[in-house]
Amino acid sequence: MKKMTKFMSVALAATLAAASLTACGGSGKTETKAADETKAAGEATADGEVFTIAGIGPMTGDAASYGISVKQGAEVAINEINAAGGVQVGDTTYTLNLIFEDDEATEDKAIQAYNAVMDQGADAILGCVTSGACIAITDLTAEDGILQITPSGSALDCTKNDNAFRVCFTDPAQGVSMADMAVETLGYKKIAVLYDNSSDYSMGIKEAFEEEVAAKGGEIVASEAFAGSDVDFNTQLTSIKGTDAEVIFVPAYYQQVTYITKQAKEMGMELPFLGSDGWDGVLGTVTDASTVENAIFLSPFFAADPSDNVTAFVAAYEEAYKATPDQFAADAYDTIYAMKAAMEKAGSVESADLIAAMTEITVDGLTGEGITWTADGEPNKGCKFIQIKDGAYTLYE
Amino acid sequence: MSLINNLIEQLINGLRTGSIYALIALGYTMVYGIAKMINFAHGDIIMVGAYALYVFTSLLGLPVPVCIILTIIACAVLGVLVERIAYKPLRNAPSLAVLITAIGVSYFLQNVALLIFKATPIPFGSVIKVPSIKIGGVHISGITIVTFAVTVIAMVILTWFINKTKAGSAMRAVSEDKGAASLMGINVNKTISMTFAIGSALAAVAGILFICQYESLSPTLGALPGIKAFVAAVLGGIGSIPGAMLGGIVLGIIESLSKAYISTQLADAIVFGVLVIVLLVKPSGLLGKMKAEKV
Repeated sequence: MKKMTKFMSVALAATLAAASLTACGGSGKTETKAADETKAAGEATADGEVFTIAGIGPMTGDAASYGISVKQGAEVAINEINAAGGVQVGDTTYTLNLIFEDDEATEDKAIQAYNAVMDQGADAILGCVTSGACIAITDLTAEDGILQITPSGSALDCTKNDNAFRVCFTDPAQGVSMADMAVETLGYKKIAVLYDNSSDYSMGIKEAFEEEVAAKGGEIVASEAFAGSDVDFNTQLTSIKGTDAEVIFVPAYYQQVTYITKQAKEMGMELPFLGSDGWDGVLGTVTDASTVENAIFLSPFFAADPSDNVTAFVAAYEEAYKATPDQFAADAYDTIYAMKAAMEKAGSVESADLIAAMTEITVDGLTGEGITWTADGEPNKGCKFIQIKDGAYTLYE
Repeated sequence: MSLINNLIEQLINGLRTGSIYALIALGYTMVYGIAKMINFAHGDIIMVGAYALYVFTSLLGLPVPVCIILTIIACAVLGVLVERIAYKPLRNAPSLAVLITAIGVSYFLQNVALLIFKATPIPFGSVIKVPSIKIGGVHISGITIVTFAVTVIAMVILTWFINKTKAGSAMRAVSEDKGAASLMGINVNKTISMTFAIGSALAAVAGILFICQYESLSPTLGALPGIKAFVAAVLGGIGSIPGAMLGGIVLGIIESLSKAYISTQLADAIVFGVLVIVLLVKPSGLLGKMKAEKV
């Protein structure tokens, strides 16, 4: 079994190497074919200078879709960069190479995966994809002094060390943005919150949201909790219905949102909904799109965004993987460009120089224009708000 | 006015979840009452019923009444098969062995569903379209009315069936004493099979109502309602049909009121706390009959 995994990862790395060399974006090859090409790819990569980016994220298990999106988003960026001639660092041109290890979104597998990629000569770490796994390796990466950028680890502790940065928003930052949106832009004064008290994500957003609403002069008229596995929200919704709330904020994942919005409509509630980025994907799970009509949620990335870089990315991604990219893919794409910018800025590929360069770079990414990073590892970027109109996601302006 | 309305709406919420619990508990209690075993796979038969309805309506596109009947038949057949394959060989084994086998069947069904339909929840539009009604300021959704009505009807028919029909008398006889029943010319195996068929058909109905309420299918959807319904059956007095109904509704209402007025986190603790107190005061449950144990 273990041997098999190793073989698979070699085959995978070979596919990526082959794809990045030919730069035709043809990663839809089968594993068998990739294995045939192992030799050729290995020889060819040995020629030029190669900068190896090691991705760590779930390829299997419950959170697999996140990890697969991250890997594919990163591949699109790497193919693009290599096709354009690689990364110019001083006088040397570097070709980017991606290796990816599965961590099943668990702590112990993440540590194994990290050790595995370090043995394969990783120059920078893209990951981990999920917060828990990410926290598990932060101290190890700090010890090794390697640059670590997590595309999507939103817990505060993911970037507690100086070598770690992130591309996504933190949970509290999302709460603050949504509170500003609710009170200042939309002008709601009385707000109800319905949150998942078994999830760090939901709790993190909810606490920051409630604080910010109070600071901006709004009022939280109801704060109702549920547990992650619940399917019945009638009780909480009835309690909210009994208050004079003008809007309901639900920081949760789309599956729960599906139940909540449906049950709210059924009991005749007409309050508008606000949500967090976990709402992304909700239109795929509701049976009646009118239940989420007019809801507004925050998202770092919007696939139907008409701006040039987003349309180009979506087209490349759809061609390669026959799927629409989500925010995880976009975060990973921006992570690769941040690494490229850091290499160019530093004029070196030494980890310490790259880490120092991170606070000096500016990246125009898919998830924000002119993203900069603080020494704490947090990104400065605007956020997008998405409103569901006529059963489709539209950009709120 | 709004406080009273709120209380009434919370009671209706309780009635709605309670009716589902009651419907599932009817199946539990019936199988326990006749076959003297706790069929932990009962919750997963609900899940199978939900997926069967999905397959018949969305994938095969059959008309709704046909789908409902096919779903009920499919579950009844599954119930009989499970009994034949997993429980019948253990008819004379210690009850612990049967209990563990039931848990095994439960996992088996969940994992088969996981293999076929994958873990990602499948959205499913309700097939029961009843408009909601408004009385005073109180809003009652159509599905709540349907669920409650179906549960009451199921309870009445079941009580009549067991007390008034010949097959029902056979069931009661088997539950009293298997050996004596077979001496009287009752086919014990056939009677137990029929019990499982009826219990599973009830589970199918519960499954249909469950997904029409929540509109989403996942392989573990039956697990939690199954456990809650088991608690309801014990609370009402396991083996007693009106008891299952009462237990389910009491459970739903306690759950809803404690979520609304005490704490969401503590709701389950309160529900189980009530169960403990009831069993301490009346060990056979609310409507259960005290039976002298033959030694």
